[in-house]
Amino acid sequence: MTLVIESPGLLTLVQDLGRPGLGHLGVSPSGAFDRSALRQVNLVLGNEPGAAALEVLRGELVLRAETPTWVAVTGAAGPVTVDGDPRAYGRAIPLQAGQRLALGAPAAGLRSYVGVAGGFAVPEELGSRSTDTLAGLGPAPLKDGDRLALGAATHPPDIEDVPTLGRTGELTLDVMLGPRDDWFTTTAVRRLLESPWQVSPASDRVGVRLTGPALERARPDELPSEPCVRGSIQVSADGQPIVFGPDHPVTGGYPVLAVVLNRHTDRLAQAAPGQVVRFSRVS
Amino acid sequence: MNLKPYGDTALLLDCESLDEAQRWFAALHDEAEVVLGARSVLLRGDPAALRSLVGRTSPVATAASLDGPQVEITVAYDGADLDDVARLTGLTPAEVVAAHTGTPWTVAFGGFAPGFSYLVGGDPRLQVPRRDSPRNRVPGGAVGLAGEFSGVYPRESPGGWQLIGHTGLAMWDTAREPPALLRAGMTVRFVAA
Repeated sequence: MTLVIESPGLLTLVQDLGRPGLGHLGVSPSGAFDRSALRQVNLVLGNEPGAAALEVLRGELVLRAETPTWVAVTGAAGPVTVDGDPRAYGRAIPLQAGQRLALGAPAAGLRSYVGVAGGFAVPEELGSRSTDTLAGLGPAPLKDGDRLALGAATHPPDIEDVPTLGRTGELTLDVMLGPRDDWFTTTAVRRLLESPWQVSPASDRVGVRLTGPALERARPDELPSEPCVRGSIQVSADGQPIVFGPDHPVTGGYPVLAVVLNRHTDRLAQAAPGQVVRFSRVS
Repeated sequence: MNLKPYGDTALLLDCESLDEAQRWFAALHDEAEVVLGARSVLLRGDPAALRSLVGRTSPVATAASLDGPQVEITVAYDGADLDDVARLTGLTPAEVVAAHTGTPWTVAFGGFAPGFSYLVGGDPRLQVPRRDSPRNRVPGGAVGLAGEFSGVYPRESPGGWQLIGHTGLAMWDTAREPPALLRAGMTVRFVAA
């Protein structure tokens, strides 16, 4: 019961729903950046919702089955082939021993999720199989020739296509202001909520960096380091925001102007460099 | 202490001092997922339920003082920001090193990343702001300063602290129990390599 990685593409990580509840150890939740896509791939395969899958950045993954199994692809949608023949995105795909699954580059979005019946059975670290890229927990990024053990599988349920993810165009994210909106000028708060923000290429699972007008502080002093969460919008001294992702630092040293609501933080997993993000205030 | 909103998955207790934050942390850490900051405590969970929890809780009277063992950390003072720190503090680079090694530091709290500890109680002349823009990559073992704190990056990560040197000592190792070398209450003395 194994799969072999023939090519991991730019970056392929094992991710499940992470390790919540360990903030006191200095450990962030980590886990799939696009949790809804992870849950979907597991639904399609009849797995537990948090079974470990592969989070593939910008496609170009090739893997080979060593034993017959089922796989499926959700998240950012691009070409999916088995031994060169097209297969459906978002559906269980049978793989015979020796067959190769290949992902092309996604047309929209950044991160695809490749699940397997039974999930990937890599060893857990602190209760999760997720790779935390900041903390260095969990398996290393996958490389050519890695052999991954699979969990016990059942036959996948017969499920219709899941909807294609990977939005193009502008992303709008609901935010709540605070906790440190009072550290910023009213102009800065207005700019955050009214300006288009461009996703910077320097974004990763730690945080999505945005570029736009400078967000000026109302006070110049240093913020004593403060805990943060996935979705915290921290503004560094150069006035540019970073929205923390699943591998965020447990504490940060710059004030958090607003927080993206939990239900919208998954959308940032698919925000490509240059894409426009807007923030919408909810009370 | 002021309660501050923190999105829809957390609540922040904004405190006057590290001591007050530690006393709230001690009162709440069995009741909720709690993360300690330098002047604040983050509670994770449903904000309304957390508000009610805080409303029926009082901070403990005194934060536990943990007189832990002393740890020596040998540092090569070759950090990229050593000259900037000298300029910001009005000291020479050699005086920065003397100040950093001359006073013992105390581990206040962990955070930022596994194995990272905020050290307090050092020479007050060493208080410097963070860099204007954080570096995307700070090497593991880098020794830095920010505000009233010193700290050692446990592994390569982004970071905004002023880097004055590096050590080869492992700050975090999940094969070790406990994995973090430094724990709250310990005394740390830096030694120039």
